[in-house]
Amino acid sequence: MQLTVWTYEAPPHVGAMRIATAMEGVHYVLHAPQGDTYADLLFTMIERATKRPPVTYTTFQARDLGSDTAELFKTSVKEAYERFRPQALLVGASCTAELIQDDPGGLARALDLPIPVVPLELPAYQRKENWGAAETFYRLVRTLAGPHAPPPGSKRPARGPDDAPRCNILGPTALGFRHRDDVHEVTGLLHRLGVTVNVVAPLGATPADIARLGEADFNVVLYPEIAYQAAQWLDRTFGQKSTKVVPIGVGATRDFIAEVAALASVDPAPVLAGAPSRAPWYARSVDSTYLTGKRVFVFGDATHAIAAARIAADELGFEVVGLGTYSREFAREVRAAAAKYGVEPLITDDYLDVEAAIAAAHPELVLGTQMERHTAKRLGVPCAVISAPVHVQDFPARYAPQMGHEGANVLFDTFVHPLMMGLEEHLLTMFREDFEFHADAAPSHLGVAASRGEAPSVAADPAPAPAVSPTPVPGPVPSMAAAASAEAAVVTDAAPIPSAAAAASPVPLRWAADAEKELHKIPFFVRGKARRNTERFAQDRGLSLITIETLYDAKAHFSR
Amino acid sequence: MNAVVAPVANAGCVDAPVLYERGQREVFCGLTGIVWLHRKIQDAFFLVVGSRTCAHLLQSAAGVMIFAEPRFATAVIEERDLAGLADANSELDRVVTRLIERRPDIRLLFLVGSCPSEVIKLDLDRAATRLSQSFAPRVRIRAWSGSGLDTTFTQGEDACLAALVPDMPATEADAPPSLLVVGALAEVVEDQMARLFAEIGIERVRFFPPRRSDDLPPVGPGTRLLLAQPFLAETARLLEKRGATRLTAPFPLGVEGTAGWFGAAARAFGVDEARFDAAIAPRAERARTALARHRERLAGKSLFFFPDSQLEVPLARFAARELGMRLVEVGTPYLHRGHLAAELALLPPGTMLSEGQNVDNQLDRCRAAQPDLTVCGLGLANPLEAEGLATKWSIELLFTPVHGFEQAADLAELFARPLVRRSRLKV
Repeated sequence: MQLTVWTYEAPPHVGAMRIATAMEGVHYVLHAPQGDTYADLLFTMIERATKRPPVTYTTFQARDLGSDTAELFKTSVKEAYERFRPQALLVGASCTAELIQDDPGGLARALDLPIPVVPLELPAYQRKENWGAAETFYRLVRTLAGPHAPPPGSKRPARGPDDAPRCNILGPTALGFRHRDDVHEVTGLLHRLGVTVNVVAPLGATPADIARLGEADFNVVLYPEIAYQAAQWLDRTFGQKSTKVVPIGVGATRDFIAEVAALASVDPAPVLAGAPSRAPWYARSVDSTYLTGKRVFVFGDATHAIAAARIAADELGFEVVGLGTYSREFAREVRAAAAKYGVEPLITDDYLDVEAAIAAAHPELVLGTQMERHTAKRLGVPCAVISAPVHVQDFPARYAPQMGHEGANVLFDTFVHPLMMGLEEHLLTMFREDFEFHADAAPSHLGVAASRGEAPSVAADPAPAPAVSPTPVPGPVPSMAAAASAEAAVVTDAAPIPSAAAAASPVPLRWAADAEKELHKIPFFVRGKARRNTERFAQDRGLSLITIETLYDAKAHFSR
Repeated sequence: MNAVVAPVANAGCVDAPVLYERGQREVFCGLTGIVWLHRKIQDAFFLVVGSRTCAHLLQSAAGVMIFAEPRFATAVIEERDLAGLADANSELDRVVTRLIERRPDIRLLFLVGSCPSEVIKLDLDRAATRLSQSFAPRVRIRAWSGSGLDTTFTQGEDACLAALVPDMPATEADAPPSLLVVGALAEVVEDQMARLFAEIGIERVRFFPPRRSDDLPPVGPGTRLLLAQPFLAETARLLEKRGATRLTAPFPLGVEGTAGWFGAAARAFGVDEARFDAAIAPRAERARTALARHRERLAGKSLFFFPDSQLEVPLARFAARELGMRLVEVGTPYLHRGHLAAELALLPPGTMLSEGQNVDNQLDRCRAAQPDLTVCGLGLANPLEAEGLATKWSIELLFTPVHGFEQAADLAELFARPLVRRSRLKV
């Protein structure tokens, strides 16, 4: 058993719902107890769908267990078919129905419906949402496109000289983070390259569309978490190559254009030359100089985390100080990316592990999911959301892709806005003793939480810091971060471990009052790091009292 | 199945036929009760023993609350726990031990059963007894089931409170009669009620559940039960088994319901009529004045209830009698005729009542009737809005303080707001 408060991913049958809901003409009959219909809310509320998800639940109760739940399942399938008249049917079990061991596939087959029925085996106690979505899409593609497969070993017929190259776009689903606008953006890119889109799937596709996937020349895989498995099968069956680059960021978009052009045998030069993204100029403009070397921690699904790290390092000049994912299926790719930035990869689905890693890395910006947004708020660190799971505000009304040129513009704004812009940061430093700009004043856009900016290192002090600063020192700061790190420690190690500074130090470190005062003159957003560095410096030299001189010795030692 | 209910001549709907339906039920399971119960019992922790689905449900239902150092979590069953029961029990002990070490402020730990834990027959009652012994006296551990197999939405609260009844101390043999108000209420509502009981001269009033787990009210033959919520069948049964007497009353929703509810207590305690009127009448009058504005907007509008919380019958009674709304259908997940007797008597004769659900059939009836306002869950609300029907999402009626005189107008406002909004939007 695993003690869980937050989960990054839903159970796998929710992944199957994301495929069914994305499509037209598909219905999903889910053997599930009363109450599992809660998942409908994800679609009707978070994504604000105007229709109910095309899912019929058997909603069995205790009294049904004594009788025939298999019969109940068959009745549900029959009634759902008659009412909704789908072109294809998905059948499967949720976690509880998996335990009672009715066989949805066999039961549905026995009804001999005149449409394709796709049985789903989604092991709810091993796998999760994205795996469920990928598996469901793969099964659908096999069932519906499979009958159109050429005999094994046949060569892909060459495209006619006047035919435009055709591709499928694979991966966008319901409840996908910015899938709606990514499809629009990527479709535009493909059109500019002269590539025709054959089918977009599963989003908006019908079973008939899935059946003609094989007609395209190649596949564009937008979200490997969802479409990798299906794309592999299409490659084996129809000889369709697929794209490997996900076009998130300016560099990745350029690589993607080159990759597609090669697959389609067209010239990428005109499209590359016309690259209309504003992000590169914005990043070069002098106001962005202050972004140089900002410490950024990245966590999300593998695709978005890897893409965000590249943008952060190569396109904004940040320093990536942490990179991780909850997508175990793509852990290898994330490990490889982490190696590129020289950071330890974090592969976990426990948000407390992520919280501990963030606290330890002292980032100045966190790029993550909804959970990291809350963690960052708690730690007083600026944050932007780059990946699911996300809440309702990240299914925006406005056009907000992550991919392509416009996506790069959106990401520049998204990453930079939580930080202070250059001029604001400069003014804050100049007027740091001013009553409105003093060192403990939070930037207006962060609200009160920002006053906890240095919480992690304050918490690391054995004794509370004396309130010597002329400016108010935040009082109840230690509790939250201490609780957070203690919590993380308990969950990972069973026994609470003391916080880092105390553990490493045999003698408790003490800050002289004037050194503490001096420390508070340092802008709050780098103060945590200054405190940590100074303490490490003092420990390494066996000093127990930190004076102003120690502070500046450490500063000189660590200056980059 | 779709029988039309004929109007009856007797008082309200006491003997009215009920359309009983089976099929897909678009409802929450009892685990959802944790979301408000943990706010109420401040030193309790709720540990669901279930699957990732259960954890995901709680996360979805609790929204952003999950980060305010929540006092609930899920022990997610994994593949290896399914291999053998002994293993699952020792795993549970490990998780509970770690949890209690980590949260020393917890005095009461609920092991909450789920569909998966019930199907694999993990005996949480025995686990609770076993763990209680190892953690006594610091932490008490109790078990109840919030599974969808056994409970619908608010029935989770019933199951939770029922698990606490055996722990309630017995009243002294010669104790004078006392009043026990049962059902989790917002603190502001509880305080208002306590003041009003004091004013009419009922001195010994306790609320259940209490705000702290070590403050359980006593129960015994002198105890008079006043249910504040209509979904407490099992809790009431167990309290009656311990000698308490249930007072028949409407539920304290709206002016009439609240007055009737206090009236039932007043009669049971022999309160002087003049004193009762002096306390109640001004409050009732103030509430009626506040209601009038909403009644203007809502009178004559038709109303359709999908089943959700068992609050539907009292809410329908309030909407019909105090707001002048027309009831198209009143759906409830479970109709307890005994506890709802006073409510059913007040419902307009001929009201169509349905118990249970076949959601697609019910949607057909709703679409055919084109009600002015539909009370339903969040899975149905936006799709119905997109079809042009105004909706009021029902969960809000659980989380918002709606009981008592001072909240009567707030309750009416919840019904009025979607209609006001529709009339305002010009796009």
